[in-house]
Formats: sequence, C-alpha cells, structure tokens
Amino acid sequence: MTAAEDILSRPAVRRRRFGLSNLRGRISWTFVAGFLILLASLVLAIAPGLIAPYKPAAFDYKAILKPPSLAHPFGSDNFGRDILSRTIWAYRIDLQIAFFGTLFPVVFGTFVGAMVGYYGGWLETIFGRVVDAVITFPFLVLVIAIVAVLGPGLFNLYIAVSIVGWIFYARLIAAEIKVQKRLDYAAAGRVMGYSTARIILRHLLPNAITAALIYWMTDMALCILLGSSLGYLGLGAQPPTAEWGVLIADGKNYMSTAWWISIFPGVAIVITGLGFSLLGDGLSDMLRPKR
Amino acid sequence: MLNLGFVVRRLLQMIPTFVFILVVTFVIVRLLPGDPLSAQAGDRVTDAQVAHAQAELGLDQPMLVQFFLFVKHVLSGDLGRSYVVQIPVWRLIGQRLPPTLILTAMSTILGILIAVPLAFVAALRRDRVSDAAIRGTFQVGLSMPVFYIGLVLLTVFSAQLRWFPVGGYGDSMADHVYHLFLPSLTLAVSLAAVLMRNLRTAIIDVLNAEYVDFARAKGLMPRVIMIRHVLRNALISSVALLGPTIGTLLGGAVITESVFAIPGVGRLMIDSIYGRDYPVIQGLTLSLAVVVSLIFLATDLIQAALDPRVAQ
Repeated sequence: MTAAEDILSRPAVRRRRFGLSNLRGRISWTFVAGFLILLASLVLAIAPGLIAPYKPAAFDYKAILKPPSLAHPFGSDNFGRDILSRTIWAYRIDLQIAFFGTLFPVVFGTFVGAMVGYYGGWLETIFGRVVDAVITFPFLVLVIAIVAVLGPGLFNLYIAVSIVGWIFYARLIAAEIKVQKRLDYAAAGRVMGYSTARIILRHLLPNAITAALIYWMTDMALCILLGSSLGYLGLGAQPPTAEWGVLIADGKNYMSTAWWISIFPGVAIVITGLGFSLLGDGLSDMLRPKR
Repeated sequence: MLNLGFVVRRLLQMIPTFVFILVVTFVIVRLLPGDPLSAQAGDRVTDAQVAHAQAELGLDQPMLVQFFLFVKHVLSGDLGRSYVVQIPVWRLIGQRLPPTLILTAMSTILGILIAVPLAFVAALRRDRVSDAAIRGTFQVGLSMPVFYIGLVLLTVFSAQLRWFPVGGYGDSMADHVYHLFLPSLTLAVSLAAVLMRNLRTAIIDVLNAEYVDFARAKGLMPRVIMIRHVLRNALISSVALLGPTIGTLLGGAVITESVFAIPGVGRLMIDSIYGRDYPVIQGLTLSLAVVVSLIFLATDLIQAALDPRVAQ
C-alpha cells in the first residue's frame, strides 16, 4: 500500500481520545458482570409471566407460610402467595422506578448543565447558588415531605425525586462542558460556522457526558433503594402491588417464623443494586482516560 | 488557623440556603389540594367557618404576603400548632429530637470506628484478597436498603438471640445507648461504606507522598508514620464527606426509627404523614433542613481549619 493510499484508507475523522467513542477493545469484567445481571433483570421485568411459576396475587390457602420447597422455591406468605413469583413480578415495578425516577433528571439536568457550562456568566452564578441551597437539603426528608403532601404512590415519587435529582447531573455536565468548550476542536467547530446547538450536541456533549452517565448508574440503584424504602413505609407503591419494599414490609411481622417472605425480595434489591454499581464501575474504567 | 475571608464567604453562602429552605417548606404545604384548613377539618365545617378561620390565619392574603407572614412566624420561633396533639410544633419537635440526635451521633461514631481500621487494612493490602473482601462486603452493604439491614439485625440479635431490646428508647443515658445500638449499627453500615472507600483511596494517595518517604527515611516507627502522617492527612478529605453523609444519616433516621419503634423526629414525621398533621410536617422539614445545613457549615469550617488550602 502506498503512503497516499494508506492516508486515504484512514477514517476521515480521527477517533477522539475521550468519551463514548473510546470503547473499543477495553471491555472490563465489571462491565460484563453488571451488564449480564441487568440484562437478566430486564428479561424478568419484561416477561415475568413466562418465568414466574404463579400469578403474583394468586392466593392459595392450602399453602400458607410454607418454607422454601420445590413447589415454592422461595416459600409462600400468609395468603399462600408464592414469594418467588412476587419477587419476579416486582422487577417490573422496581426497574420502572429506577428508570422513571431518573429520566427527567438526566434529560433536564443535561440540558441545564450544557447551557450553564457553555454560556457561563450570570447563569453560572445563579446555578451555583441553587446548587449550594439544594445540596444542603436532606434529600430523603424532602422527598418524604413532598410525597406526604402529594399523597403516596409512584407518580408522586417520580415528581419528588425529579425536583431535586436534576441538579447533580447539571453540575457534572456543566463542569465538563466548561473544560471541553476551550479545547481546539470546539474552536474548530466555531470556525467552520456550525451553529451553537450543533457544537453543543454533536461535539461537546458526547465528550462531556461520561461522568454523568456513570453517575446515572449509581443514581438508578439509589432510586430503587429510595422507592423500596417508601414502599416499605407505605408511601410508595401500594399493596398488593408486588414491589420489593412492599414485599419486605409484608413479611416484617413474620421475620422470626417465616423469614423467607422478606429475605428474598431484599436479595433481589441487593443483586440489582450490585448490577448497577458494577456496570457503573465498568463504564468508568472503560471511558475515563487513565491518569 | 481559620482564614477569616473564607469564614465570611461560607457564612454568606448560608443566606441562599436558608431562603431556599423557607421557600420550599412554605410551598410544600401550599401544594395540598384545597387548603390546609379544609384538609384538616374535612366536611365537618361550613364555608363561612372556613372563611373566618382562613382570615384569622392570613390564608386569604396574597401569596407573597403569606410568605412574609410565614417567615416572620418562623423567625419568631412560631412553627404553628399540631392539628393532632394541639401543642406548639417546636415543643413537639424539641421533645422528639434527643433520640434522633443520639442515634445520629452514635451512628457517626460507629461508622468511623468501623471504617478507619478497615480502610487501613484495605489500603495496605491493596488488591489482595483482604482488600477485595472488605470492598466487596461494603459494596453489598451499600446496595442494601436501610430498613432491610435493620429488619435483619432486629430479627437476629433481638428476636432470636435476645441480646438487644426489640425497640423503644429506654430511660437513662446508658439505657438509651443500649437501646439505640442496633439502630445505630443499621445506619452506620452505609456511612462506613462511603467513608471506607474514600479513606482507602486517600490513604493510598498519602502513602505515595514524599513526606511519608521522608518520615520513613528518618527511621520513624511504622506505627508513628501511620498515625501521625498518613491517618491525619487522609482524614482531611473524609471530614468534607461527613457533612453530606450525616445529612443522609438524618434522612435514614426516619426509616430506622420506624423499623425500631424509636420515638424520635423521624418517627414523628411518619406519624404526622399518616395523621395528615401538616404543620408538624412543615416544621420538621424546616428544622431538619436547618440542622443539616449547619452540619455542612461545621464540617466545611473544620476542614478549612485542618487544611488551609481548602480556604483558598
């Protein structure tokens, strides 16, 4: 191959050193483990009816408070409901909480962060004050207070989480955009006459989003913890909905005699949480340039 | 010594924080469908009675006027009166605050006692089996909801082994500590996990610093190096972390107090929600937010005192 051919055969745009395009060839085992756990969780959430042996609310008065057995691998509760099936059906609700609880914060936080980071000035000053004020607010107390006033239920939980949650994404994105916009490729974009929107969306954001993406994984795990806590307190998903926090609350009075009612849903929370953490750690290893 | 400019700047930062806290707690109760009064009274009162009572409470005034009235009341220490038990909110909160404060303090101490030695082991045996085991265990602890940890500890140590009481708060100080041990341990798990992770990284960084090499070259005993040089410098970054985590701890107390039936403000919060006792919810949100922002202030100042570079 001649030198000219060699140059021509190269991709026109060089791969960037940072950001999402840097994924090739460095798949970490934490990423794979987290990905597999969450993939399995997603399958359970999408098709619980195909996998769960019983319906989540099917009463069976002949099998009340039965310990784990072949017929009921995770045992049964005080209504004879199958704990394995209820735990599986709860994947649908709890993954939904993780997704919808973080959806608005991710989108809106990214938008605000990009604006603040790109334009700076008085926008940055105001944003700084808002961050100072919000960060000192005890998050759980605020969420509980909002849910208390709006009423229990998942939708109000999403509202409560979204009111505060976007701040953290905006902060991460703003800090990164501020760095990226000073780099040469951003200046090149401006020289090319690209619109501001195009520079932000196509050029700066893909390079600035790594930290927020990693935080999103942690945030989804936190959201499940929060959702199940509120479910446990009776302020989140309402019984008889199969949600892990609700399931654990169902079994709390039977802990000494029928531990399986509460223990297995808790294990599901831990495994899912670990899945998100591993995925986040893996992404972090793969996307962040080594120091 | 503390840099005066930093202290002033940090104190000025409290102003927007307090304004935000006031606005949020004011708005929260206004989010109610209808007004707080009819939410309380239901169908038992006539419209005329509602109008009269609203005028008395200033609820017929424009929003902005209402807000200033609210701020005036809060500043004069008047948080309103509980709908349910009919005593001033601040007195109710005052009665229920001690258990929560003891609980939070005990969890912080327990968390530090657990995290510091384990962080040392993990950092010194970096990437070996013990390091992986410690980090793995804490990762699992972090993924566990607080109420779940509490429920398991309660079942094992109180119901089965009968080492600890099943709930309550006790009468004397020693009794309080005994009653609050398991709840504190419950809360300490997540604090210890966050602290351990941060300290481990900090210790690894400090171990590579030149002044540690120098201390070794001087022939100081390893124990002295560890405590005087490594631990002291590694702890600084963790002090900054204590503010946010103690804030989370106070939030977690709401859940823990429900699991262990402790008569603290967290339990009061949940009871008030079930009883639709809005002045108490409002007062609690306000006072907890103020307490947390003061803890933030304190940890920031302590950190600045320990490390003058922070104040720059």
